[in-house]
Amino acid sequence: MIVINDVHKVFNRGKANQVNAVNGISLDIKNEEFLVIVGSNGSGKTTLLNLVAGSVIPDKGTISIDDNDVTKLADYKRSQWIARVFQNPMSGTASDLSILDNFRLAAIRTKPKGLSIGIDDKFKQEVKDKIATLGMGLENKIEQSMGTLSGGQRQALTLLMSVMDSCKVLLLDEPTAALDPRSAEVVMRTADKLIADFKLTAILITHNLKDAYNYGTRIIQMGEGLIINDLNQKQKAALKQNDLFNWFG
Amino acid sequence: MDFYLTALLQGLCYSAIALGIYISMKIFNIPDITTDGSYTLGGAVTGIMLTHHQSTWVILPVVIIAGALAGALTGLIHTKLKINALLAGILVMTGLYSVNLIVLGRSNLPVSNLPSLFNNLHLIADPNQNTLIIISIFVVVVTFLIGYLLKTDFGIAMRATGNSESMIRALGVNTDRMKITGLALANALTALSGYLIVQFQGFADISMGIGIVIVGLGSVIIAETLINWFRITKVWLSLILVLTGAVIFQLVLALTLAIGVDPNLLKLVTAAFVLLIVSLPRLSFNKAS
Repeated sequence: MIVINDVHKVFNRGKANQVNAVNGISLDIKNEEFLVIVGSNGSGKTTLLNLVAGSVIPDKGTISIDDNDVTKLADYKRSQWIARVFQNPMSGTASDLSILDNFRLAAIRTKPKGLSIGIDDKFKQEVKDKIATLGMGLENKIEQSMGTLSGGQRQALTLLMSVMDSCKVLLLDEPTAALDPRSAEVVMRTADKLIADFKLTAILITHNLKDAYNYGTRIIQMGEGLIINDLNQKQKAALKQNDLFNWFG
Repeated sequence: MDFYLTALLQGLCYSAIALGIYISMKIFNIPDITTDGSYTLGGAVTGIMLTHHQSTWVILPVVIIAGALAGALTGLIHTKLKINALLAGILVMTGLYSVNLIVLGRSNLPVSNLPSLFNNLHLIADPNQNTLIIISIFVVVVTFLIGYLLKTDFGIAMRATGNSESMIRALGVNTDRMKITGLALANALTALSGYLIVQFQGFADISMGIGIVIVGLGSVIIAETLINWFRITKVWLSLILVLTGAVIFQLVLALTLAIGVDPNLLKLVTAAFVLLIVSLPRLSFNKAS
């Protein structure tokens, strides 16, 4: 599904603050694989995710999604395959817009945004039904602005928004880092369920080793812009939580 | 009374600028001061075309396109060359001064004895009320169009662009193109104000745009204060309040003149008034905390 071939990315090349974020990573992520990436700060995890999303363009190497070469493709064009959940709940939703408006945009992620009014009663009902599945009681607040919701509610809605339109790849960049433990659990469970239900290929970056242990069908550890550990589903299943802690020992 | 009617008419003429500033400043979060230039551009194009005996209905689309081009240029400089929006606006505004001078051919161009929007159409006998009706129709149509636009899928994407750029890019919107379109729209509206004012006042002047951005800003800030007071979320109501803001602004200026303040101090009064409006919510907020 996603093939990353010998990708390099250097920031501020030639300057005192040069950062070699990604140093020649090759990775083949299969269809419906749920890849978990762990690694210490500065190991290049987020850069790798941004390379897949298109927010960062590689210096060297190629990236393809669903057999399409997307190495130089802008992020907004990759949205035809990719949906994202950001670390900061503010980044994944527009706070001044209503929940309904946010969902409308998400529902036409892969389509042109035209000059017709897309929000009608049918659409409202559809959004209400979708939101009701979260069980957070937000289905009656769809006219409220996104900014009035808590971080956990916004992350859960962002997840739901990602499957409003056809979606193949879901990128989760520490989606629970800014949340309290309880909201974090709800968000992770929702993510896991959506990934299974919609047969998504997913990449999750996390610092929470419990989540890394509990979720996903493959795990890699990154360090200094390289992959230093790579366990497939079988190996991951055999992994013990303590082994994971030892990776960082 | 005529005095206040004139202020009302002027306020309505300026409401297009106010809508333009509302789009650039509130919706896109871009401080755009191309306004001074694009307003004069709209006025200059109107003036010169009127003296060349063009119909006011032919002039209208030309003015809109001219304003849109000016805005798109600022947008291009801002997004493609990654230059600060404020500086991009100043550059285009400065350049436009020469363009406007070339278009006008001289610094002041009277058009009062030529057929224009307001003396062509006679809906009722009283000329002032006739003007009021024509301007009102104009403003209603423009507001309706902008209100509709903001409700469409494109409009929602526009509103999201100024609000959460990372999100809207992830949702497949080219934010650069969106900002260029938005600034084009904002400056087309500004030029439209120039078009109305020139026909209303009966002359085009190279310095008519100096400090005009404050008229738009002041109107939007008044509107914003009202929007926050009444906790308004509906797009339509917000736009109507922006129009109200434009009218209030002109009425306050008219009142200032009426109580005998030296006209030379008018810009100072304008600046002080905007400062007052901006600081009012903060002052009361401080008291509460």
